[in-house]
Amino acid sequence: MKVKYFAWLRERVGKAEEMIEPPASVRTVDDLIAWLAQRDETYAHAFETPRVIRAAIDHAHVKPDAVIAGAREIAFFPPMTGG
Amino acid sequence: MTANVTIRIQETDFDIAREISALTKGRTDIGAVVSFSGICRGDEGSETIAALTLEHYPGMAEAEIARHAETAMSRWPLTGLSVIHRIGRITPGENIVLVLTASQHRHAAFQAAEFLMDYLKANAPFWKREEGAAGTNWIDARAHDDAAAARWTKS
Repeated sequence: MKVKYFAWLRERVGKAEEMIEPPASVRTVDDLIAWLAQRDETYAHAFETPRVIRAAIDHAHVKPDAVIAGAREIAFFPPMTGG
Repeated sequence: MTANVTIRIQETDFDIAREISALTKGRTDIGAVVSFSGICRGDEGSETIAALTLEHYPGMAEAEIARHAETAMSRWPLTGLSVIHRIGRITPGENIVLVLTASQHRHAAFQAAEFLMDYLKANAPFWKREEGAAGTNWIDARAHDDAAAARWTKS
């Protein structure tokens, strides 16, 4: 699946998007954040405060317990500051 | 007549008078247009801002605004609405966002415009980075923006 990062999360990860293949044990958005955070120090730093990170699956906001199976695109970003 | 809905995300500035004309052109069933413009301030608290840079999530930003537009259309008797959000670098005094709502009567237009802005601020995937004297910083979200959006879901 494709993962996208925005704003300071994009800067900390060092890329805007990437393709990932998490193991089947990674079921929810929360699981995916934990899985990304354990990849290396860069990801650990980017995702060190999961509580403030928002997620969207296929362009719709989702909660941390949302199941990621079947998702084409998952995005992570800080709280929004538009308008 | 069908509702006139315009949603645009663009780098260039917008002309408010022209956008109002586009919303009302050829119609005689509109008695009220409410216009809200969000403008880049030159300071944030005690800090002077040289410019804002707006990042967005292409695809989701349009979809999220469209969802809010549909909700507004179903909740109030609107004849149309326009939401235009700028991205890229914006300097103090320049426009950031425009919300127009049109209705037969003012009450629906006022309420729908406020609803749209509250929802945009809390839910549309845009992020502001400010350029100040101390460098560039991502602007923090404000709890009161979430609270402003939440009050529309109370009965």
